[in-house]
Amino acid sequence: MRQLALLGLVFAALFTLPFFVESESWRTTIIMTLYAALLGQAWNILGGYGGQFSFGHAAFFGTGAYTVAVLQVQLGLNPWLGLVAGGALAVGVAAFIGFTTFRYGLRGSYFALVTLAFAEVLRILSNTVPFTGAGVGILIPLDPGAANLQFASKAGFYWLLWAITLGAFLTAWWIGHSRFGARLMAVRDNEDAARALGVDPFRVKMRAIMLSGLFSGLAGVFYAQFFLYLDPGIAYGPAVSVESLLVPIVGGMGTLFGPLLGAVALHAVSEVTREVIGDLPGISLVIYGTILVIMVLFAPRGLSGLVSRLTRSARRKTEGDRHA
Amino acid sequence: MPDMAIIVPSVLNGLTTGALYALVALGLTLIYGVLHIINFAHGALLMLGLYAVYYLNVQFGIDPYVALLIVPPGMFALGYALQRGIIGRASHGRDENILLVTLGLAIVIENLSLFLFKSDTRIVDVPYGFQVVEIFGAFLPLPKVVAFAGALITAALLWLIMSKTDLGRAIRALAKERKGAQLVGIDVEHVFAMSFGLGIACLGVAACLLLPSYYVNPQVGHGFVLIAFTIVVLGGMGSFVGALLGGLIIGVVEALGGLFFGESLGQLGIFLIFILVLVFRPTGLLGHKV
Amino acid sequence: MHDASPILDVAGISKRFGGLQASNNISMRVPQGGITSLIGPNGAGKTTLFALITGFHTPDAGSVRFRGEDITGLAPQEIAERGMIRTFQIVQPFAGQSVRENIAVGAHLKIRSRAAALEKAEDVARKVGLGDRLDMDAAALTVAGRKRLEVARALATDPELILFDEVLAGLNPSEIRDVIPVIRAIRDEGVTILLIEHVMQAVMSLSEHTWVLNQGQLIAEGAPQDVTRDPHVIEAYLGKGMAERMAKQAADAVGGAHE
Ligand SMILES: Nc1ncnc2c1ncn2[C@@H]1O[C@H](COP(=O)(O)OP(=O)(O)O)[C@@H](O)[C@H]1O
Ligand SMILES: [Mg+2]
Repeated sequence: MRQLALLGLVFAALFTLPFFVESESWRTTIIMTLYAALLGQAWNILGGYGGQFSFGHAAFFGTGAYTVAVLQVQLGLNPWLGLVAGGALAVGVAAFIGFTTFRYGLRGSYFALVTLAFAEVLRILSNTVPFTGAGVGILIPLDPGAANLQFASKAGFYWLLWAITLGAFLTAWWIGHSRFGARLMAVRDNEDAARALGVDPFRVKMRAIMLSGLFSGLAGVFYAQFFLYLDPGIAYGPAVSVESLLVPIVGGMGTLFGPLLGAVALHAVSEVTREVIGDLPGISLVIYGTILVIMVLFAPRGLSGLVSRLTRSARRKTEGDRHA
Repeated sequence: MPDMAIIVPSVLNGLTTGALYALVALGLTLIYGVLHIINFAHGALLMLGLYAVYYLNVQFGIDPYVALLIVPPGMFALGYALQRGIIGRASHGRDENILLVTLGLAIVIENLSLFLFKSDTRIVDVPYGFQVVEIFGAFLPLPKVVAFAGALITAALLWLIMSKTDLGRAIRALAKERKGAQLVGIDVEHVFAMSFGLGIACLGVAACLLLPSYYVNPQVGHGFVLIAFTIVVLGGMGSFVGALLGGLIIGVVEALGGLFFGESLGQLGIFLIFILVLVFRPTGLLGHKV
Repeated sequence: MHDASPILDVAGISKRFGGLQASNNISMRVPQGGITSLIGPNGAGKTTLFALITGFHTPDAGSVRFRGEDITGLAPQEIAERGMIRTFQIVQPFAGQSVRENIAVGAHLKIRSRAAALEKAEDVARKVGLGDRLDMDAAALTVAGRKRLEVARALATDPELILFDEVLAGLNPSEIRDVIPVIRAIRDEGVTILLIEHVMQAVMSLSEHTWVLNQGQLIAEGAPQDVTRDPHVIEAYLGKGMAERMAKQAADAVGGAHE
């Protein structure tokens, strides 16, 4: 319950941010940071708590994004309905990918590669079929107004994103405090032992990938409405998949606040580099890649792992002092 | 329905491309077979090899085929260092960590290249670039024919190294059983790094053979990564013959798929093969079912 | 011993791994209540038999009935849901999770509420002597601690039948003395137990009935005291020469007494 209280506090504080941050460029920064936390938490639900490393979360993200865009542009549907449809279709794609992979017991690196291949298949398809605008991409007409899921002020977008992200974090909290979560983590840590205790790994993983897909898809919906433009590379390309996994790996996989920590850390680093060396092509990705290598080599449990290790050794030290 | 006059050249073309795919996949399968790791940076390292060949040519006028004496050894050294310095230390008992670290390396290498070499697509200008050879009534670019022959020769060389040298014996012993190899005094870390180096040297050869009929840009590796993985799983992880056959098959599938359905759907076929094989027959077409 | 309806009824189970016949036409019954044991030399196929019974391997032939229901070919989790739980000879903790969380996974089989499952985990931990290590990372436990954890997780599922695979192996004599009462207490609560054990002293003092497996085949059954005197069993454990020598020694001793 203390964790839930902390979560409430953090999100209450996040809610008020736009009142203090008025510069448009800073608002964009906090939006992109929170958006990274959302992508990261979505991945974390499956990868962190479930131990199933996906390299293809773009498959869910892109589906959510294209759904809201295509429904608006081709069918004139209201984007609020598109939001629901985008989330639902992303869940559908997740269920399909989950079914084909988990049914046959695909794990570890193989699961990672197959998810990547699925995202690539979708990227090629969206590059080919006409209703997505193919390689040219798709442009959502600018029409600000809450009814159109577009906002004249960045603050409006921020609060939309805030609500979706809150949903993702509450889901992660629930995973840490429910039977479903206990089973998911049991499967992650030892599938055979979990089965011996009556856990059905397939069912558990299916639920996890669908929840994960839902929030990735909603992140895609947000992206489409915020930038009003999509093409196959943006929607289904590897960049989104990489960002999704990098954030929780940096912050701490399988922890509630890890994705938030990771998102803040990564955006802080890229802001600083932009200040110091300027906006050179590829540089922020060079740094992201380097961070990924360093984290896996030296801190596989991420920043929150480092923090808890430090606090624990500090505590042990004080206990030692007491004994002495 | 296209007639034979189009299909034959298309198949031959596919075979020459496929031989190069096979060469890239050979490196990958060697690394997988010995170290049991999936090297996600394979495509990025190929791209690096291609740039090496490119700059040797434009800066020093070294012909890509002459660069065969320089680039593969250089790539070997790079591979050895990467394995010993970074990849070998990353697993912490989970093979996904290796995938992550090699993904990180791929991102760094690609974007550093983007920064250093810019995003322009470059080609080398060699006198034989547009010469053609007639085979079975089809006209094939000379560099592709050379690449085909070169890939087969390299595969044969690799096979010789693996079966006739002490290094090859040590590698095979290690691939089979790590503990046993350690017991008979094999320096495991060294042999692992040698294997990784050999796998990356294959990329060096592929780069020299590829560039005269291809191009280089920082993203060029992308196209090869999943194709090489597809070949490796199709042929059975760790199987040399499988990688060769798989490479040729994929080359032909891609060429024919492109002919009948257009280029991007041809690629789609490759990814679908990849998914289907991994899901239904993860030991590959030639591998035994566990 | 021949109960009208055994809780577990294995009929003609066989399993082959490549060239190795790991289980060869094994039939055995475990009566409701009480402790039955399964012994046999290393590599006899005991763990394989457990895996066949609990769905981790599918048998090539034969069937398994649990509480009268045919469960052959069901998945491990389906069998666990029906009330038969196995433990692992090579302990399989959820590393990185606390002892309490480990045990709660078992408790969740019947309990949905997280709080109730955690509470149950504490109860069970106390029963098996892990009450003082509830917040410890399971990976940090000693061998003896991990064996207790295996027992605790199984127990927390409220099973009808537990299959213990060498829960005493690797423990020192004083640890064994501590764990034996724990196993008895589980039986006294009405849980049927089938245990694989190497520690003869434990088999003798715990089980009423024992089955002996050698090279994939059942070679003897009966009360532990009788079975361990069976020359076939001694031979299986100690090799042919040793069995003959022991028989000869016994005969000499008898002969000597006559003089
Ligand atoms: N999955 C498997 N694949 C191949 N052989 C196996 C497998 N599991 C067990 N075996 C073999 O079956 C035999 C019986 O093993 P096991 O059941 O573990 O014996 P026990 O538990 O009685 O010591 C051993 O020779 C072992 O090597
Ligand atoms: Mg055993």
